[in-house]
Amino acid sequence: MNVLKIVVIGSGVVGASIARVLSRYQGLEVIVLEREPDVGWGVSKANTSIIHPGHEEDPDQHPLRAKLCVRGNMLWRQWVRELSILSTWPGELMLYTNTAEEKEARKYLEYAKRNSVPGVRILDKNEVQAVEPAVNPGVEGALYAPTAGLISPFEAVPAIIENAVDNGVKLLVETEVRNIRISSGRVLGVETNKGFIQADIVVNAAGLHADTISHMAGVEPEFKITPRKGEYILFDETVESKPRIILHTTPTPKTKGVYAITTVHGNLMIGPTAEDMPYEFKEDTSTSREGIEYIYREAARILKNPPPKNRVIRVFAGVRPEPPGGHWLIKAYSDPWGFVNVAGIRSPGLTAAPAIAEYVLDLIRETYDVKLVEKQKWNPYRRDITRIKNKRLDEIDELVKSNPNYGEIICYCKMVSKAEVLEAIERIKKIGARVTVDGVKFRVYTGFGKCQGSFCRWRVANIISMELGIPLQEVVVKHSPYGIGDVKKLWREKVSVQ
Amino acid sequence: MEGKGECAVKTLYYDTVVIGGGPAGIAAAIKTREKGLKTLLIENRDVLGGIPLQCIHPGFGIHYYKQDLTGTEFITRLLDKLVESKTEYLTKTYVHSIEYIDYNDKVVNVISPSGVLEVHAETIIYATGARERHIFEIGVYGDRVDGVYTAGEAQTLMDIFGVLPGREVVVIGSGDVGLIMARRFALEGARVKAVVEILPYPGGLMRNVVQCLRDYDIPLLLGHTVVKIIGKKRVEKVIVAKVDENLKIIPGTEFEIPCDTVIVSAGLRPNIDLLEKIGVVIDPATGGPVVNEYLETSKPGIFVAGNALVINDLVDYAVEQGERAAEGAHKFVENNGLPSEKWIRVVKGRNIRLIVPHYISGKREVVLYARVSQPEKNVYIEIPEVNYRVFSYGVRPSEMIRIKLKPEHFKKMSSDDKITIQVTPRQ
Repeated sequence: MNVLKIVVIGSGVVGASIARVLSRYQGLEVIVLEREPDVGWGVSKANTSIIHPGHEEDPDQHPLRAKLCVRGNMLWRQWVRELSILSTWPGELMLYTNTAEEKEARKYLEYAKRNSVPGVRILDKNEVQAVEPAVNPGVEGALYAPTAGLISPFEAVPAIIENAVDNGVKLLVETEVRNIRISSGRVLGVETNKGFIQADIVVNAAGLHADTISHMAGVEPEFKITPRKGEYILFDETVESKPRIILHTTPTPKTKGVYAITTVHGNLMIGPTAEDMPYEFKEDTSTSREGIEYIYREAARILKNPPPKNRVIRVFAGVRPEPPGGHWLIKAYSDPWGFVNVAGIRSPGLTAAPAIAEYVLDLIRETYDVKLVEKQKWNPYRRDITRIKNKRLDEIDELVKSNPNYGEIICYCKMVSKAEVLEAIERIKKIGARVTVDGVKFRVYTGFGKCQGSFCRWRVANIISMELGIPLQEVVVKHSPYGIGDVKKLWREKVSVQ
Repeated sequence: MEGKGECAVKTLYYDTVVIGGGPAGIAAAIKTREKGLKTLLIENRDVLGGIPLQCIHPGFGIHYYKQDLTGTEFITRLLDKLVESKTEYLTKTYVHSIEYIDYNDKVVNVISPSGVLEVHAETIIYATGARERHIFEIGVYGDRVDGVYTAGEAQTLMDIFGVLPGREVVVIGSGDVGLIMARRFALEGARVKAVVEILPYPGGLMRNVVQCLRDYDIPLLLGHTVVKIIGKKRVEKVIVAKVDENLKIIPGTEFEIPCDTVIVSAGLRPNIDLLEKIGVVIDPATGGPVVNEYLETSKPGIFVAGNALVINDLVDYAVEQGERAAEGAHKFVENNGLPSEKWIRVVKGRNIRLIVPHYISGKREVVLYARVSQPEKNVYIEIPEVNYRVFSYGVRPSEMIRIKLKPEHFKKMSSDDKITIQVTPRQ
């Protein structure tokens, strides 16, 4: 049987999901390319983390988004179990405070019916207070959608990739695509900073840069992605008035609404803003005073008791890819033969990702006439990292007795042991990504707490230094080394110049 | 209780458990041993000593040892005494939780590489120090890039591990650690472009402003704030602006400072998570627990000392508080609880921002610590109810006021329920 070589560009949640779905079949060699040191560091990392029900998607304007969102919502329930991804399924309330907003909210009830989203209904003022006491009493009513959920997006992507790699997928990080090589109307492969990689099929899941990749393949020259920035505030997990249910304001023509959620890690998170940025600002994840103040004002509309500013532990921003007209561009081309666009995947992309992956599989099968045969030994499961937090003391005792590293706490705020840090490092190595302080942080939460890493960052860096056998100063934090050298480096430079 | 299973973990019993092996905790442990208590000292890190271990600068022990020592010298002396005292201690041991079972029975659940322990104690001395305020707490926006360190983290890197964080540095905040680190970078040949302080006066001790900045020609920008950090992979520059008297940015005053490193020295916060969880009453002014003159919190038998109580300028004060808490623990164990008392409240008067302790008995010698809200020159520091009055050429928020009241002060008290610390201008 001939091997079909498929290169997936981008290891965000979309690229990762496609890789996982492809890994199920015999005769496919799947390589995922990522330009960052680790997986899921782009659009997938900083977002609202909601698995949407699908009632906000206009079935006339965006039938594909509606269909794949509803399907994705169902698939995630299976994926989080198979891959041990942290998730909660609290449902959501679209809050309204006046008749104009109520009219808008009722529109989504109609969408829900047409998109076959189950259980959506209107709650009156009293019902809202009864189901969610954290809501501002000024709220007049809400549209309730019970199928809304939350996941940990930055853990989901490594989980999916781990499983894909376990099933034979290969990951190459710090690999940037420079060109798509095409000959006689057929894809030959991709040119990267690390050399040429041959491929029969190239799947473009490059997030914010998917337009550039598409242009490299000579298709959709008019297709341009607008970066849309969203800023968020994250509060300490001990704040009161954390909502049990996902809360958000009714969308207006200008904004999609602001959310207040209790993340799967137990923090109150509020956001996002929605700011269209100039084309060159795709990498701009900076935060602003104006953005954060806007979120505070919106939070006061949603919550009865918004927490004070001194309980903020972090502000951050993510950039989302906004395609023209909001239309996802998912298409397999016959010219050039073998090029597939999965581009402009804006919200509800996180929700739809597993369904997008199935859809892309079907496109590949149909367009390129690929005969898909399931592997006999495909492993759908991935085990989560063993963590001591939330375990009983006797369970922790047993873990420590089996491995003393569970008894050495590295991150005080989040109670993360050395064994967990070591396991994160092992897993990063296993998928072939670069071990960084941030990569460890997003797997085991070292530095996620109140102190934001001032106690534990050097400890984590020290463990990485030991494990990789490199000096502490060479350990990479996110993109740069932890230090520039030893303390006498600058004097040595000065002396040698003279 | 959540977190407890069927099978029991190893259980130990002590008179007092000291949590935290820094100066306050070590001093407390030594003192409890002198008083004959059965003591266990618990430390997170793999070594005892706490923050002074990484303090290679002088300024330690001027009051306590009447000598100007470096941090490492100071803590070595204290550790020698601890060894003599034959205190039992555990390092690499993390306090998972505290359970307040009864006024004379607390449980400290700990995790260590040898297993989980359930440590029962009649008293606890909580001396866990402080945490540093980080970049997200101080209204600095912009890119979240590599090259941003807290001052303490930079100090750990340089003086424990010999690693240099960067070559062109901007320090945000003029707290003592920030000033000391500005000098530390300068000493290693790095360029410290500026220390940026939002307030119109420095946050650290005057001696540090002189010895760490002026002596090294490091600019101190008072009344300025870092608005934004800019960079792609690592810090490339910061945007600095002037602020008005309400600490609001004055538009049009922004300018850039190119740098590759930002050091955040925006002050410390008492580390009191475990106490908050069991409902200890917290004073918003200090950020630490409300205490009586034994440094006992609102939970009987739980004492607190050092930076977990109040952010101190000097290690000497932390040690003094550790010893005071130890006396309290001893008295508690001896009497099976501290005696009932009609406590006298210590009240904040004019230009006083915070006070510790919050209650005194009026029967014995007591040390009060206070900070002013605003710098002020030629003033009296007064406690009118006990006829206490001392002249000072100047008070500043960064310099703690320490007042020792002796029993004779209380003999002619004009009030039986409060005393007021105040600062008044000399007419």
